[in-house]
Amino acid sequence: MAMTMHVDIVSAEEEIFSGPAEMVFASGVMGELGILPRHAPLLTQLKPGEVRIRKEGGEEEIYWISGGMLEIQPHVVTVLADTAVRARDLDEKAAIEAKERAERALADKTSEFEYAKAQAELAEAVAQLQAIKKLRERARRS
Amino acid sequence: MAVGKEIRGKINSIKNTQKITRAMEMVAASKMRKAQDRMRASRPYADKMRNVVGHLANAHPEYRHGYMQEREVKRLGIIVISSDRGLCGGLNTNLFKAVVATMKEWHDKRVEIDLCTIGNKAGTFFSRLGGNIVAQAAHLGDRPQIADLIGTVKVMLDAYEEGRIDRLLVAYNEFVNTMTQRPRVEQLLPIKATEEEELKHHWDYIYEPEAKDVLDALLMRYIESLVYQGVVENLACEQAARMVAMKAASDNAGTLIEELQLIYNKARQAAITQEISEIVSGAAAV
Repeated sequence: MAMTMHVDIVSAEEEIFSGPAEMVFASGVMGELGILPRHAPLLTQLKPGEVRIRKEGGEEEIYWISGGMLEIQPHVVTVLADTAVRARDLDEKAAIEAKERAERALADKTSEFEYAKAQAELAEAVAQLQAIKKLRERARRS
Repeated sequence: MAVGKEIRGKINSIKNTQKITRAMEMVAASKMRKAQDRMRASRPYADKMRNVVGHLANAHPEYRHGYMQEREVKRLGIIVISSDRGLCGGLNTNLFKAVVATMKEWHDKRVEIDLCTIGNKAGTFFSRLGGNIVAQAAHLGDRPQIADLIGTVKVMLDAYEEGRIDRLLVAYNEFVNTMTQRPRVEQLLPIKATEEEELKHHWDYIYEPEAKDVLDALLMRYIESLVYQGVVENLACEQAARMVAMKAASDNAGTLIEELQLIYNKARQAAITQEISEIVSGAAAV
């Protein structure tokens, strides 16, 4: 029987594959990778493309991922798949948008955070909640 | 029967409110189950990520990443994760209380604070009170996606890399169980190395292409996944808190209706008694 290793494909939002495999094919940024058990530890980025898994018995499964990271340990292969299309300028754009949202929401940006006011307001809200709770308990007892 | 009519109107209006709160309770219950599933689904990624980063910390890489180096704190970044909507009891209030306490603590040490808010409630709360919000995200909906967070997290990571902030915290509600949610403030950067694993022998990964590029990409995703986890966990908390709050509201409406019903019955009985006594006394007078 051929040697196998454990393969996990996970994305931040879900687990995609987990199980033993004889061989894994993936497209790293430096080129195609064919991984067999007892591979040296390796860490690389993946290009958008397919990850092919040859399971025990030669059956193959193909997953398409939009990039990610690949970690190889002698008996464990982990694919950390991205769920979003990543590129430096795309990330940059998203960051700028997030900043703009903050700026829009904030009329005067330089103002100091008002600790006293914040604490007073929060204390009031908590007191309200507690008052409601007490009222309920009293209602239940009567 | 003027009094009776008024009370009946009130009972009806409370009944309508009760219908709404009961519906909200059921919606929250089903959404909570889905949110919990999502929370569970996102765990393997974060666990695997933690493993890899743990390996890294022990692998003696030739390149030490800035995210792993401790430095003196002059400015602090906090990512606050809240819900988008209210009607979920004291969930957001408790979280903000914890955040404000942390902020005050650092403020007393003369550390300035940059905020990044995720969710409507945090945005309005902190902008109203005049915090320095540098990035914002809201309306993530019931199915938050990593793509919605990339920008906000990047603003903070860039600030850390450029030395504008020296430490990054994240604040969210931790899902203990349906009845209990606990506000939690955690350190994201610098990454604390796990010391539990012993260094058995010196080894390192082969990096393709370069250690720096790979680590940059990996650690960025690591932080993003932690923030994402916070968002999903907070979402499960929100639904659980809403479910409990709406259940309480429905119960309250029930007791109110019972009380009003009693008053209504008494008033009706009093009116009937009065009518009878009027007829009887009228008949006696003839």
